[in-house]
Amino acid sequence: MKLMNTHLHAISVIAEKTIKMDIVIEKKLLETIRPGQFVYIQIGSSSEHMLRRPISIADVDIEKELLTLVYKELGEGTRKLSQLKKGDPLNLLIPCGNGYRIDQLQLSHALLIGGGIGVPPLYYLAKKLVEKGIKVTTIIGFQSKEDVFFEEEFKGLGDCFVTTNDGSYGQQGYVTDSIEKEQPEFDNYFACGPNPMLKAIELKLTDKKGFLSLEERMGCGIGACYACVVPTKDEKGSKKICQDGPVFSAGEVKI
Amino acid sequence: MTLAINLPGLQLKNPIMPASGCFSFGREYSHFYDLSELGAIMIKAATEEKRLGNSTPRVAETKSGMLNAIGLQNPGVLKIIENELPFLGGYDLPVIANIAGSTVEEYENVAKALRQTDLIHAIELNISCPNVKEGGVQFGTVPEVAYEVTRRVKEQASVPVYVKLSPNAADIVAVAQAVESAGADGLTMINTLTGMTIDLHKRRPLLSNKVGGLSGPAIKPVAIRMIYDVYKAVNIPIIGMGGIMTTEDVLEFLMAGASAVAVGTANFQNPMICKELIDDLPTTLKQYGFESIEEAIGSAHR
Ligand SMILES: Cc1cc2nc3c(=O)[nH]c(=O)nc-3n(C[C@H](O)[C@H](O)[C@H](O)COP(=O)(O)OP(=O)(O)OC[C@H]3O[C@@H](n4cnc5c(N)ncnc54)[C@H](O)[C@@H]3O)c2cc1C
Ligand SMILES: Cc1cc2nc3c(=O)[nH]c(=O)nc-3n(C[C@H](O)[C@H](O)[C@H](O)COP(=O)(O)O)c2cc1C
Ligand code: FES
Repeated sequence: MKLMNTHLHAISVIAEKTIKMDIVIEKKLLETIRPGQFVYIQIGSSSEHMLRRPISIADVDIEKELLTLVYKELGEGTRKLSQLKKGDPLNLLIPCGNGYRIDQLQLSHALLIGGGIGVPPLYYLAKKLVEKGIKVTTIIGFQSKEDVFFEEEFKGLGDCFVTTNDGSYGQQGYVTDSIEKEQPEFDNYFACGPNPMLKAIELKLTDKKGFLSLEERMGCGIGACYACVVPTKDEKGSKKICQDGPVFSAGEVKI
Repeated sequence: MTLAINLPGLQLKNPIMPASGCFSFGREYSHFYDLSELGAIMIKAATEEKRLGNSTPRVAETKSGMLNAIGLQNPGVLKIIENELPFLGGYDLPVIANIAGSTVEEYENVAKALRQTDLIHAIELNISCPNVKEGGVQFGTVPEVAYEVTRRVKEQASVPVYVKLSPNAADIVAVAQAVESAGADGLTMINTLTGMTIDLHKRRPLLSNKVGGLSGPAIKPVAIRMIYDVYKAVNIPIIGMGGIMTTEDVLEFLMAGASAVAVGTANFQNPMICKELIDDLPTTLKQYGFESIEEAIGSAHR
């Protein structure tokens, strides 16, 4: 993990309050990044925001030396990020967390399930899986039509089904409803999204090996403060999401 | 210019150290710089048995600060001696062991357990914990209770004891004088201030513990005032903390009466902060007309 000063290369709005950022990062570092890892990004340069913000790595372009993040503007920190312009400085801790260890897996067909701001890390994951010749089916869920992003990108990599909670686009309902309807074939699943979604998926797909990416409020982002813990399934211990996660095997921790 | 300063049990190369709970046992930060550069390290609180801590969310950002309610999660004092201290023994680094408890007996037992190791150089007695036998009132808010726990830990300890004062006391000077008369070798101050923040969407306190401890630049003026007052009232050294981000902040603490300082929350914004402060401190001291650390200590009182 490195603490680095860099700058913004491009910024654009891709859906309702959803921002895509390309950040300049040297090739050597990009080559070490695993899908599912995140950056811990400083907000401003004063003492106003003492905590950084964790944002997943959505894509990596090694040739152009760019890293892509996609985030939703929710509170003050993400709103401030959105005011940045091309060339503005950024300070990152990168890469954080363990990521999806796909090199250690034997599979031929992966199911990717994303909800809202959990969708971005699945994009780089999908690209890496396809690169290895693994078939990818994606199910992504959003609140509403305006929130939908990356549908075309995922369609370029395999089947992609979209759900919206209010039914304004794609299938109405949750991603679990879509799994029910489409009955996709797969060996392993990879999910990222809000905890209730992950819990529902874990309960539904009990017969398959899966990997879940979790979120929690963080302090240090590097494993030193115990802010971001999640109890292990047996509740006898805990794991740190920033360091042991954010990706866990299904059944490993108690969501 | 030498930054060195000697305090009971601690020969500090410089007056900068990470604060307890914000730096774990140093491993994570050792990837960013050589821990031997630090003046000392204050390690995460140890209790007698392992503690799992509070449910999440455990932290919340506030303006120029943060709230935390980690709940003293730690593997227990014996595991810390076995698994964490040997790692720190590999550095040229005085180690200050922060100890916590829910009863006076627990504090005694942790201090007793620490006699087994020669890898710590001082104890930091965290009296901001709630006393379960006294309805959860913090040990550190009542001078008589603070006196008693300090006296009994001093009896067990084989290294100097620094008592970490709570800003939540009505009269922090009275607590400082009480622990000095109980035999404290030094003071560290301040711990966090009790606070709360409410989640507007969920219409309830954001932290799962409801209340948390406020730290960061937001509490610096409170820390400075308390150190200034306590410095006048005691004859034992003070290690100051509360919102330090810059070398000017460090100098302000020294002027108020601290002999050394600890940095907590700022490590989260900038993992390199302690090293940067150490590197830049001589320039700042010179800039304000000081030839040594000693000269700066308490200079706001002269
Ligand atoms: C490993 C990980 C990866 C993430 N990846 C993405 C991503 O790719 N895209 C995206 O849009 N969001 C992502 N999030 C969520 C994102 O971190 C929060 O939405 C963001 O921190 C909110 O900051 P804010 O300034 O808008 O909100 P504020 O309310 O101002 O934030 C206040 C504090 O709460 C924290 N916080 C608030 N909500 C969350 C949350 N849901 N999770 C963790 N911390 C939170 C903030 O980090 C900050 O410390 C991720 C979270 C984690 C833990
Ligand atoms: C996440 C976190 C955990 C902490 N844990 C402890 C602890 O275990 N024991 C203790 O005495 N103080 C603990 N503190 C208090 C700090 O050591 C320090 O006294 C306080 O945060 C003020 O300094 P700062 O403003 O530089 O953070 C903790 C603070 C934070 C932010
Ligand atoms: S955020 Fe500090 S341990 Fe994870």
